[in-house]
Amino acid sequence: MKLWKTILAAAVLSLAAGTSAFAARTDLVIGIPLEPPHLDPTAGAAAAIDEVLYANVFEGLTRIGSKGEVLPDLAESWTISDDGKVYTFKLHTGVKFHDGTDFDASDVKFSLDRARADNSVNAQKGLFAAIDTVDVVDAATVKVTLKNPQGSFLYNMGWGDAVIVAPESADTNKEKPVGTGPFKFQNWAKGSSITLVKSDNYWGTPASLDKAEFRIVPDAAAYVPALLSGDIQAFPFFDADSVAQVKDDPRFKIVIGATEGETILSINNKKPPFDKLQVRQAISYALDRKAIIDGASAGLGVPIGSHMSPANKDYVDLTGRYPHDVAKAKELLKEAGLENGFKATLKLPPPTYARLGGEIIASQLRDVGIDLEIIPVEWAQWLDQVFTKKDYDLTIVSHTEPNDIDIYSRKDYYFNYDNPAFDKVIADLGVTSDEAKRKELLGQAQKILADDAVVGFLYELPKVGVWDAKLQGLWENAPIQANDLTKVKWSE
Amino acid sequence: MTAYLLKRLAIAIATLVLASIVVFAVLEILPGDPARLMLGLNASADQVELLRNQMGLNAPLALRYLHWAGGLLSLDFGRSYTYSVPVIDLVRERLAVSLPLALIALALSTIIAIPVGLFSASRRGRAGDTVAMGAAQLGVAVPNFWFALMLIYVFAVWLRLVPAGGFPGWSAGVWPALKSLLLPAVALALPQAAILARVTRSALIEVLNEDYIRTARAKGLPHRAVLWRHALRNAMIPVLTILGLQFAFLLAGTIIIENVFYLPGLGRLVFQAITQRDLIVVESVVMLLVAAVIAVNLLVDLSYAVVDPRLRSRQ
Repeated sequence: MKLWKTILAAAVLSLAAGTSAFAARTDLVIGIPLEPPHLDPTAGAAAAIDEVLYANVFEGLTRIGSKGEVLPDLAESWTISDDGKVYTFKLHTGVKFHDGTDFDASDVKFSLDRARADNSVNAQKGLFAAIDTVDVVDAATVKVTLKNPQGSFLYNMGWGDAVIVAPESADTNKEKPVGTGPFKFQNWAKGSSITLVKSDNYWGTPASLDKAEFRIVPDAAAYVPALLSGDIQAFPFFDADSVAQVKDDPRFKIVIGATEGETILSINNKKPPFDKLQVRQAISYALDRKAIIDGASAGLGVPIGSHMSPANKDYVDLTGRYPHDVAKAKELLKEAGLENGFKATLKLPPPTYARLGGEIIASQLRDVGIDLEIIPVEWAQWLDQVFTKKDYDLTIVSHTEPNDIDIYSRKDYYFNYDNPAFDKVIADLGVTSDEAKRKELLGQAQKILADDAVVGFLYELPKVGVWDAKLQGLWENAPIQANDLTKVKWSE
Repeated sequence: MTAYLLKRLAIAIATLVLASIVVFAVLEILPGDPARLMLGLNASADQVELLRNQMGLNAPLALRYLHWAGGLLSLDFGRSYTYSVPVIDLVRERLAVSLPLALIALALSTIIAIPVGLFSASRRGRAGDTVAMGAAQLGVAVPNFWFALMLIYVFAVWLRLVPAGGFPGWSAGVWPALKSLLLPAVALALPQAAILARVTRSALIEVLNEDYIRTARAKGLPHRAVLWRHALRNAMIPVLTILGLQFAFLLAGTIIIENVFYLPGLGRLVFQAITQRDLIVVESVVMLLVAAVIAVNLLVDLSYAVVDPRLRSRQ
């Protein structure tokens, strides 16, 4: 009976594959937790947009690789003028958009000008702030002149928000995205799934998959049954708590990687008593990162001592700056004149890391005499009260943007942190493109943040991926939030 | 009868107007800016302001209410902030899942509940009754997401008869679409059936104590005929009331089941819209649901008149 079933299945499969009986399958169903609100990466901050479209449908001048490195994409190569202000990009030729129109330098000019226009609602408009002019030299050459040298310019051009779109289709990309990538958009069944198919006239190495469907699965409870039944073959962003259920199953691969998500206990630096350095340092000493990671993240996640991912090449290990030391914390509070402790609030957004981590942190701070009132909030409330109005004492959040240490120098950012020495380092960094110098400056920046105990640095959010053991080429880490399918294939 | 109808209609309209004001006001008070949510943490305040203007969020409150309510009157439900498509299209897509699901679940629950109720009532206090009502108690008590997961493990993971979740769309064919609605419908129907069976049983028991039942029995009617023709019909009013309530619940209150089976239903649309502060979607869908509940109640009221001739002739 079972044999017959196998034979029958093999026959059906070989018919479907159409070539040989042993051809590997070429379709893939990927589970994603959140549905993108629309499909235009240049018009929204939702990570779900890039998780479907980045590198698959849309491409930029440059792109970010699986280790966070900058790679050439639509730009084949580039030269940088000696003063670091003029970037001349040599573009690939013979590139077509999915609707059949040609890609050339004018599309680059259009895209960059559109993103930085006055009426642009690009969610990362800051990426384009340094651009002064964009000039078309010829069909395959584009010259970008910056107002001042910018060390991270090539990296910035690799963001999903900086992908190249065509004037013919830019306004309809939200519903029907048209890019230059190895996959083209086929169908979006709202609330259910988004389907991409292989593009026939791709300029580069064609994709191995013929069809990729992103299925929206909002509830973590549904992940495991979906994998076990074979309905969905990959969850690049799996639920850490459910890993135990599939850990010993040889049919699946469990891949723990790093994200760019620095999970921190944010502190309102202007609000007494948090304006006192000793108080913030006391909090840092009071935190036991290991207990937090075990309780809030199923033991997965790497401790951090400043605002930088341990996977980053410029990372400096500062986790030893404030070891878990209750006595030291109490001593510092005494110095600050708060030997009897004090009361404060802790506002927690919905993710598990915040809600569970919050309980643990509240109990750790209680041990040194800080009595926290926990207030759970929704994302919308968090953005409104904490992020915009800065009406908070403490909160927990993961900052998932890559290379975002500069947020501490932003005026009016919700940390209320203000240190001219730090601002100077970030300003220098902005105009430095020399790798060694950048590394040194980034090291300084990390150290200042740790010394000032600006926030409680907890851990780097892990990327927990679970997929079929025969599937190859999915990203292990998440240097940016994307599911790059260009190299994904089935073995056998 | 006409006066009865007119009165019902007037109440329905007043309820709709009141509901629209309450819904609009509550969502305005709710903290959270849809523009900020769309643009994320890195966007500047100026940019958020620009998007707010583009979305028409900066117009005065009263003006926006009138604009929205006026749109509703002409069946224009506005455009979703996040999806930027007409709300009515979103609702239509979601109803293609939620409506069949609700109807199948309701049918299943009725098919199970009425016979069980009849069985229990006619054997009141005996072993069969105790077992049936014990099962019903269990059906009410079991959390439906847990029951749903058990169904998935048995029928999707182990037997592989149906998919573990998702909805292929009606375009994929009637059978694949129906197949994906089967387990969720069972998961939804069971607790509803348990409640309905208990209501049917107690309504029947009350009726069975009436004098006319004794008369019917005295004139020699068989037990079955007494039960079906005389008792059940008179016991229908509370049963219909519960059915009406259940239908309204099944249409939009099934968010948990929709999540477990990752179905793109109406409940999830509303839930997602609330978290993303897609206010226009929330407002319009809630109004549609209010209208649906009112319509169902109206139908239930009318059906009373069908099952009970006394209500028809009263005026």
